Amino acid sequence: MASLNLVQILNGLTFAALLFIVASGFTLIFGLLRIVNLAHGALYLFGGYVGYTVSGMSGSFALGILASMLAVACLGLFIDQGLLRFVRGFVLREVLLTLGVAFVLNDLALVIWGGDTFSVEVPAILRGAVHIGGTFYPKYRLFVLVLGIFTFIGLWLLLNRTRLGALIRAGVDDAEMVEAMGINIRRVFLATSMLGASLAGLGGTVGGAFLTLYPTADSEILVFSLAIVIIGGSGSLVGAAVGALLVGLLNTIGQVMFPELAYFVIFGPMAAILAFRPLGLFGRAT
Amino acid sequence: MMRSATALALRSPLSFLALLAVIFGLLPLLVSSYQTSVANEILIFALLAMSIDVLAGYAGRTSLGHGAIFGISTYVVIYWTTLMGGSPWVGCILGIAAATLTAAVFALLAVRVSGVYFLLLTLALGMIVWGVCLRWTSVTGGENGIRGAGRPDVIADPIAFYYMTLATVLFFTLVIWRFVHSPFGLTLRGIRDSESRMRSLGYGTATHMFLAFTITGLFAGVAGALYALFNDFVSPSTVQLAQSVEGLLMAIIGGVGTLFGSFIGAAAIILLENFVSQYTARWPMVLGLMFICTMIFAPQGVLGALRKLMGWKQ
Repeated sequence: MASLNLVQILNGLTFAALLFIVASGFTLIFGLLRIVNLAHGALYLFGGYVGYTVSGMSGSFALGILASMLAVACLGLFIDQGLLRFVRGFVLREVLLTLGVAFVLNDLALVIWGGDTFSVEVPAILRGAVHIGGTFYPKYRLFVLVLGIFTFIGLWLLLNRTRLGALIRAGVDDAEMVEAMGINIRRVFLATSMLGASLAGLGGTVGGAFLTLYPTADSEILVFSLAIVIIGGSGSLVGAAVGALLVGLLNTIGQVMFPELAYFVIFGPMAAILAFRPLGLFGRAT
Repeated sequence: MMRSATALALRSPLSFLALLAVIFGLLPLLVSSYQTSVANEILIFALLAMSIDVLAGYAGRTSLGHGAIFGISTYVVIYWTTLMGGSPWVGCILGIAAATLTAAVFALLAVRVSGVYFLLLTLALGMIVWGVCLRWTSVTGGENGIRGAGRPDVIADPIAFYYMTLATVLFFTLVIWRFVHSPFGLTLRGIRDSESRMRSLGYGTATHMFLAFTITGLFAGVAGALYALFNDFVSPSTVQLAQSVEGLLMAIIGGVGTLFGSFIGAAAIILLENFVSQYTARWPMVLGLMFICTMIFAPQGVLGALRKLMGWKQ
């Protein structure tokens, strides 16, 4: 049995940071709109491909990130306004519809980009390794870790310190009441679903640089996102962070100790949480 | 008041089973051997769709994990016959047992949640199975899958195998029909309509859901074992999400809670898949679009939508 070293712990943390970026969008949409967007994994992959293409053509990583966030936010807008509006209020139909969207998006990506594995080009400034704790570690993965932390802080400030955040939080508690106060809650919902989707796009480009992009990557990210939401509780930012840390670290430990059964490792905490807290660690009954 | 022919068929399973037996029994005499194998696949997936329909239609729980349970049975049968050199019959029993056991483990967790959470949980569990099958290369052969050892001599002939499938599926259709119309099945329907009321009436709702999930896992396992004999090959695509999604779509298209609709749903999807595959490799896209359209236009299933359109009473 291999023991864990600093590199592996850092691997777990950086993976957790990426998972948080993706899952925070998922949990935001779930918490506010009560929509379980099963197309979130497909949005991640689609965003990654867009980021790969744009950053490859323009030579700018930042532009790639921007383009992927924009493209996926537009997709999110289309899913919400073009499709989900017809089944509003029927939870099960909404979920299954997004599942259909996931299949279409995934296949569309296969048509456009083919089945090869791509890796988003990392900008020169983030290439190479830095020296920490007596070992060398890739700069880029540390960048992802920092980005994850910034995303958490940014989202936290947005939710707790801005007017939009206050409206989102009020909407989570009682959407009808917010509407009765004369606020267009639909617009808040729309902003949230675009924000949530753009986080998937961001994750796609950032993750595409170190996890690579390939046709089944969407399913893998979706399982992790689901596990994180089940563990953390829907709609909770802190829950998503804790869930991402737990899943990211456990997955890394799993890969070190039983490489072939790594997937199985996230099953454990999920089962334990469900047994004792069916709504997740930070979930609230609605 | 239910007075349509379908309603009559619903209430007398034997006449419906006889109808199925006649239609599917005569098929091999009328159509080519390729079309017979398509019919064979339809029968197998109808059983999978029915196992999903029992939960969706009678217990009000939409499962996206039954494709994985189905696939585990397929994996075990093929692994047993090919890599262990065991008898296919024993393999089938082991496969069904493995599927039932997996379903029991899923059920232990799934009984704690309902609604969307149930769907998410079964989805996540099913995908863990897929992930393990994909990565556990030393046992599952990874992406390449495992090729089977062929069917035993008795059913080596496709026609003989077809009739064995038909007999098995009809038998289990009867079993499932009895199951959902038993007092146990009535309790499930009570839970679907109001779990809290059933609980306060003194019913052990968690136990009922656990048993229902596990038993439907057994049905899915039977379908998976048949599929192992039919396909003689297994790969992660057998346990992937699309499998559960197809099964669910079959149940929905046929009309959730009708059981016999599963045959129509399975026939519709598999015929369409065969048709589409002749022209394009874009089946997943067609499947996705169908799912989207079904959810928007015909959530009661194509039969339900037709019924509404024609002004028939439900």
